[in-house]
Amino acid sequence: MAIIDLANPTRFLGFVRRVLPFMAALTIVLFAFGLYRTMGSPDDYQQGATVKIMYIHVPTAWLSMMCWGVMSVAALGTLVWRHPLADVAGKAATPIGAAFTFICLVTGSLWGRPTWGTYWVWDARLTSMLVLFLLYLGVLALYWTAEDPGRGSRAAAILTLVGAINIPIIKFSVEYWNTLHQPASLFRKGGSAIDPSILWPLLIMAGAFTLLFFTLHLAAMRNEILRRRVRTMRLMQAQEQRA
Amino acid sequence: MNLGPHADFIVASFAVTVFVVAVLVAWVTLDYSGLRRILGDLEERGVTRRSRRAGKDER
Repeated sequence: MAIIDLANPTRFLGFVRRVLPFMAALTIVLFAFGLYRTMGSPDDYQQGATVKIMYIHVPTAWLSMMCWGVMSVAALGTLVWRHPLADVAGKAATPIGAAFTFICLVTGSLWGRPTWGTYWVWDARLTSMLVLFLLYLGVLALYWTAEDPGRGSRAAAILTLVGAINIPIIKFSVEYWNTLHQPASLFRKGGSAIDPSILWPLLIMAGAFTLLFFTLHLAAMRNEILRRRVRTMRLMQAQEQRA
Repeated sequence: MNLGPHADFIVASFAVTVFVVAVLVAWVTLDYSGLRRILGDLEERGVTRRSRRAGKDER
């Protein structure tokens, strides 16, 4: 089956039915392995055992931005090509991205208290991440409250594309502004600054969270397609009853 | 495994993550079973999508 065939919702549902159990099983296995490696990883020489929070905080931070990237591509598909599956993808990704951003903010706050001595500071990284969370809530509100789903989808797509400006701001906030948050230690010039004993568990957990995101996203897309079918069938039933 | 003097913060971080992920998994699972039930009810009442009806007509 060619990838373009998946643009057909019925074929897409068949594809999801086949791959979802394997993806869910692989996610569980990867999480089990990642948590095992996390528990066995050494403490940081400065932060002690609180470094273990990094294994959930960093992957969820990456995913909160990656999810907005997925939504931005979907928004282009909605506005430019008007493909219904693009709209389905954007709508299904939004609550998942919001949940990952929420985890990132809460775990960052819980990590900040013992490390910096405070739960929160209004610096560039933390504030831009909070703005991302509020943008997620804004897109959710547009999807959930619009009376006409088509108009709601277009408005959500426009807000998604406008909000994409925030992604490079988050990424470079620790380089351009003076913040409490540490600068990038993995994706930086000169390679990773993290010791392999900590880096590998982090990468495995990042892989597990990424797989979790795609598993949930596929399942949520399937649900959204079914929800639209229910809506269409109810409209048809109402039309038939009126005729 | 000794989590040191800040064990509460570490445990709270993992607990929040497990809770939020569990809510997400429950949301997609319950939403799916609910939608399947509604679709089943509608089909039982003879409501079918236009595309499916066209397929039946062709046969």
